[in-house]
Amino acid sequence: MELFVPKDVGQVQAGLKDHGYFASEGLASAIFLSLTLKRPLFLEGEPGVGKTEVAKVLSSWLQTELIRLQCYEGLDASQAMYEWDYSRQLLHLRASEASGRATEIDEKTLEDELYDERFLVKRPLLQAIDSQGRTSPVLLIDEIDRADDEFEAFLLEILSDYSITIPEIGSFTASVPPIVVITSNRTRDVHDALKRRCLYHWVEHPGYEREIEIIKTKAPDVAPKLVKQIAAVVEQMREMSLYKPPGVSESIDWALALDRLGSRNLNEEAILSTIGALLKYHEDQQKVKGKDLNQVLQNAYARAG
Amino acid sequence: MPAPADLYKISTTPELLAQSFVTYLRAMGINVPIAATVVFHEALGAIGVQERNNVYWAGRTTLLSQPSDIPTYDEAFRTFWEGSMKLEIKEDTPTKEFIQVGNEEVELEENSEDRMAQDNVISLKYSPSEILKNKDFALYSEEELNEVYDLMKSIESIGGTRQSRRKITTSKQSVHPNLKKMVRSSFKTGGEPIKRHFIQHGEKTRNVVFLLDISGSMDSYARALLRFIQAAVIGRRRVEAFTLGTRLTRVTKELSNRDLDVALSRASQSIPDWSGGTRIGDSLANFVNNWGQRGMGRGSTIVILSDGWDRGDSEIMTEQMGRLSRLSHQIIWMNPLKASPGYEPLAQGMAAAIPFIDHFIEGHSLESLSDLAELLTE
Repeated sequence: MELFVPKDVGQVQAGLKDHGYFASEGLASAIFLSLTLKRPLFLEGEPGVGKTEVAKVLSSWLQTELIRLQCYEGLDASQAMYEWDYSRQLLHLRASEASGRATEIDEKTLEDELYDERFLVKRPLLQAIDSQGRTSPVLLIDEIDRADDEFEAFLLEILSDYSITIPEIGSFTASVPPIVVITSNRTRDVHDALKRRCLYHWVEHPGYEREIEIIKTKAPDVAPKLVKQIAAVVEQMREMSLYKPPGVSESIDWALALDRLGSRNLNEEAILSTIGALLKYHEDQQKVKGKDLNQVLQNAYARAG
Repeated sequence: MPAPADLYKISTTPELLAQSFVTYLRAMGINVPIAATVVFHEALGAIGVQERNNVYWAGRTTLLSQPSDIPTYDEAFRTFWEGSMKLEIKEDTPTKEFIQVGNEEVELEENSEDRMAQDNVISLKYSPSEILKNKDFALYSEEELNEVYDLMKSIESIGGTRQSRRKITTSKQSVHPNLKKMVRSSFKTGGEPIKRHFIQHGEKTRNVVFLLDISGSMDSYARALLRFIQAAVIGRRRVEAFTLGTRLTRVTKELSNRDLDVALSRASQSIPDWSGGTRIGDSLANFVNNWGQRGMGRGSTIVILSDGWDRGDSEIMTEQMGRLSRLSHQIIWMNPLKASPGYEPLAQGMAAAIPFIDHFIEGHSLESLSDLAELLTE
C-alpha cells in the first residue's frame, strides 16, 4: 500500500477541481500539508460550507476507498471500532453442542474458535486501519462534536499509533496511515489534545466568484445568468444577520429549485416561492420578506452584470 | 511584551525562524503548544518558504486551533514576516480590584472551618452561620466574599441528569439483552445461554449554561455570582459560562482555572464591557445564534443571573427568550432584586422575559444559591 504525496498546493487545487470541488487556497494548503505530513485534517466551520464533501472528493480524486464514521451521542467502541457477531457465535456454540463436538474438544479450543476473525464485525475505524486496498483509504470522522467526549479518548490513541488491539486476537496496525478528515460544526469545543494531533482549518463560506463556480458544477443545467444572480443574492443574505445564514449546499438546492420552476431570471415572485430551499427558519424568511427585496435584486443584477 | 519584529529576524535558519515566529505569536497572546512548532517546521519544509501565501497557510493550519485567533495571527504574520513594523502591542489590561485576596487567607479559612465544626444545622449543609446565609451579596466586603467562596464550592449538587444514548450493564431485567456477556457466560454451561444479562440506557449530566449579567446595575452582585459560577465550572463537567452586557463573552475557559484569583483575573481581562450598559436581548440573540442553537442550548438548563434592566428593544427580548425556551430543558432566572420587599418584575426586559421562565428565584444570598442548586438537581 502506498500513500500519494502531491507535488505542491496547485496540484491539490487542480485535482479537487477536476472532481468538482473548488477549494480555497487555504483549504488546499491544509490538504496538501495533511497529505505530505501524514497528519489528520481537522475541519471546522458553519454547517453547509462543504466540510464533509472534502473527504468525498479526496477519495474520488485519489481513487481510494472512503470509510465514513458518522458520530452521534452514545457512539462507543462497538460501533466505531469492532464488535463480535454474538448471534453467529451463539449459533456456532449451539451447533457444536448439537453435533456432540463440544464434548470432544476442550473449552479452550471452543473459545478460540468463537473468537476467530470470521466472527469479527469490523466497524469504520478498524476497517480504515485494516484496509487491504492498493492505496490508503480516506477515513471521514464526520461531526465529531456530536459524539460525547468519552469517544475522543478512543480517537486519541488510534490517531497517534494507527493501531487497534483486540484482546482475543491481537493488534491490527496500519501499514500506511489512512488519510483522516475530521469535521466539526463547533457545537462544543473538541478537546485540545485531539486538536493537537491534527492540522486545523476553519472553512469559510465561499466568496461570490467561487460560489458561482460551485453552483455551475453541481447544477450544470441552470442558466449562467441565474447562477450569478443567485450567488449575488446569497452573498447579501449572509450579511443580514439571520439565525442561519444560507450555506453552499442551500445555494445549490435553491438553484435547482429555481431551475425546476423554469426561472431564467431572478425576480421577487420566484424568490418568494422558493425561499424554503434557502432559509429554514420561519423568522429568517419573515426577515428577508420584510426587507426591500427589490433593492436586493437591483444589487444582485448590478453585481451579476 | 514582544520586542520589535526585526530583533527576531536576525536568525536565518528555518528552525530558528519557525521558533521565533512561534515565540512572537505567544507574546501576542496565542496559546501555541510545543508540538505544534515542530509540525510547523515540518510543514515549512514540505510547502517551501518562497511563497508568502504558503508560509501564511502553513502557519495557520499548524499553529492555530480556533477561529478567534485568526485576526491576531494575521496581525502577527504581517509584522513578523512582512516587517511592516506597525506594532500595536496591547498593554495588559489592569486587573480589576475585586479579585484581591487578603493576606489573612489562612486565618480566614481556619476561622470558617472552626465555625463549620460548631454548626450542626442540617437543613443547609454549607451554612456556617445564619448571618452569612441570608446576607445580601451587595453588602459583602472583599474578605467576606473570599470567605464564602469555600461555601459556594460546597454547593455541589449542581446538575440534573437525563437519559444517555450510551448503554450500561444492569442487574435489572430490561428489554435490551447483553449479548456480549451472555456468550461469555454460556461457556460455563456448555454453550447453553442459561443466565440472562441485560443492558440499559445510562444517565448523563445535563448541560448547564450560566448567563451572567455584568452591566453597571448588577455590579455589586456580579462579583459574588462570578465566584459561584467559577466554583460550578471547576466542580463538574458540562458547565458553560457567558457574560451578558453590551456584548456576549464566553468565559468558560477563563473560569476553568482551579485557582480562583487566576480564574477571576483572566475572566475580567477577557470581558471588555464590565459594568457597562445592558442590551440583554442582543446578547441573548448572539448566544442563541452562535452557541445555543448549534447544540449547547439543546436540552440544557439555562441559568440567567440578571436584574432584568434592559436598555434594548423589549421585542428582541421576547423573541430571543422564546427561542431559548424552545431549545432548552428549562430556564431559571435569578434576580437579586426579587428579594427586596414589594418587588414587581416591571423592568422592561424582565417583564418581557417572565412568560418564558420556568423558575423565577432570588439571587442575592447564599441561601438563594442553594435554592438554585436544588432546582438544578431536580
